[in-house]
Amino acid sequence: MSAPIDPAVRIQREDFDLAKESAALCAGRSDIGALVTFSGLCRDEAGTLAALELEYYPGMAEAEIRRIARQATERWPLNALTVIHRHGKIRPGENIVLVLAASRHRQAAFDAAAFIMDFLKTRAPFWKKEYRSDGSEGGWVEARDIDDAATRRWQGQPTPGR
Amino acid sequence: MKLVYFAWVRERIGHAEEELDLPDEIVTVADLLAWLAGRGEGYETALKHASAIRVAINQEHVAHDAPIEGAREIALFPPMTGG
Repeated sequence: MSAPIDPAVRIQREDFDLAKESAALCAGRSDIGALVTFSGLCRDEAGTLAALELEYYPGMAEAEIRRIARQATERWPLNALTVIHRHGKIRPGENIVLVLAASRHRQAAFDAAAFIMDFLKTRAPFWKKEYRSDGSEGGWVEARDIDDAATRRWQGQPTPGR
Repeated sequence: MKLVYFAWVRERIGHAEEELDLPDEIVTVADLLAWLAGRGEGYETALKHASAIRVAINQEHVAHDAPIEGAREIALFPPMTGG
């Protein structure tokens, strides 16, 4: 396998466009056989949620996602990798996070995208605060044990998809 | 030492960052959390459940038994909920 690629990581307030990001990642190359696109969106929680405010730790947020992305490039033979995470006020239906993982074959791309999301949720310094449709402040979203369990499944396990 | 706080840790302490002179006897992250908790009501409320507090030194995650020696910036925050 060739040397791991340098992942593209962006933390931004503005929205991103899935199609544009995919096209940019694939532009001018024909070695990619599989492109997995994961996007995380803001849910409306059955109409009760008006918006999320995403707070983040400038500097560390990018550094930590870059560390996670690098681990993925060392673990799977990826041809290209883009991770974008938004901050600020995000309303239901809007994008929060994007992972684009490209490889020669699908399994590496699927696994790398899942790995990045699992670690991003438990290790990237972002916090969601809820604003309710009735005008009240819903408070800070609590971390879920299921996300820690999802992270642990990657530890001490042979790497598939090589 | 520069200390930075995020999310409900920031709200409960009442400010986002501060420069503090730490006493020499503070060796580990756990020592720092215990000392900070004694600085007033906001700190006490924020750090009441110390085991739930996540800590980063120089923008990298560390455990509570990590030494703070060499730290330029220490961040305290709740478990993360991004993604």
